Amino acid sequence: MSQPSWQEAVYAALKAARITQVGYVPDAGHAHLIAAAITDADMRAIVLTTEEEGIALAAGAWLGGQRAALLMQSSGVGNCINMLSLPVNCRMPLLTLVTMRGEWGEFNPWQVPMGRATPAVLTAAGVHVHRADHPGEAAETVAAAAALAFDSAVPVAVLFGQRLIGAKVFVQ
Amino acid sequence: MNAPGALDRRAVVAALLHEPGDLLVVTGLGAPGYDAAAAGDQALNFYLWGAMGGAAMVGLGLALAQPDRRVLVLTGDGEMLMGIGSLATIAVAGAPNLAIAVLDNGRYGETGAQHSHTAQGTDLAAVASACGWRSTATAFTMAEVEALRARLLSEPLFAVIRISPAESPRALPPRDGAHLADRFRRALGVTPP
Repeated sequence: MSQPSWQEAVYAALKAARITQVGYVPDAGHAHLIAAAITDADMRAIVLTTEEEGIALAAGAWLGGQRAALLMQSSGVGNCINMLSLPVNCRMPLLTLVTMRGEWGEFNPWQVPMGRATPAVLTAAGVHVHRADHPGEAAETVAAAAALAFDSAVPVAVLFGQRLIGAKVFVQ
Repeated sequence: MNAPGALDRRAVVAALLHEPGDLLVVTGLGAPGYDAAAAGDQALNFYLWGAMGGAAMVGLGLALAQPDRRVLVLTGDGEMLMGIGSLATIAVAGAPNLAIAVLDNGRYGETGAQHSHTAQGTDLAAVASACGWRSTATAFTMAEVEALRARLLSEPLFAVIRISPAESPRALPPRDGAHLADRFRRALGVTPP
């Protein structure tokens, strides 16, 4: 698998933000970050069965004095809605990186409804939404989101556009 | 149908949280939080008043962040069922300083005492075991609860405690989440990173 440099820069931004716990539901767009977190002796990579577990994991990490990030795909955003009451109500930081599906060149119609709803749903639930569509802006967007989340104690999502990741190609 | 448990929930939690020392406690929403408050509200108790299904995962994040402290998650059967996947996540993650005690009355007590799955055949200790928890137990008597206490404070144990469905008087802990989180972090000595 190729490892585009923007993904390495995003990982460096997470390290610079002193993230030490990474909860994830796998996504091809996050593959580099997941692999890097697993092999990093200073990080704990936690594979989740469903995305809302990562919201609660991040809350526990914060209570214990650590910083967490949650990696997921846009289809997982809907799973998180009620759990987002935890960071919102407790005035806790949350940093989540969301790879978008259902938009740029999507082949799978089942990804479209949640992908289309993702920014509005996050906003309605009280999450600040940033977005990156080009390689050059991904890492700086993550760095800014981490600063907003941890310095201002608010939940922040960074949406990685499908144009950035590259539309998934279905080969029969 | 599983026969209902007989233990008084307040007596169980009072026994588990007797002289908690520097134990870190996370409670799932509803009666487990009232039980912990009745046993003695303290800054190192973090009560969830919502976020149903999240108690065990809050415990995991906390346990990973504080590997030298013991973390006990106290929750109910309904809350644990909603977060049932987290039993697999926690077993795979491995946190030697985290234990979970499920106060199992087989009821959704906050909403009219409707039967939960555990009143109708689901065995959460068996679920945890199948998810990879090496240490699981079920307690039916206070003597067994007393024996569990030492294990909950020293092992990565998943314990089901079969309590009576009878309701106890409300003993409400603080419910301002920002206050609860802030006092917990201060008591733990976590400085703003």
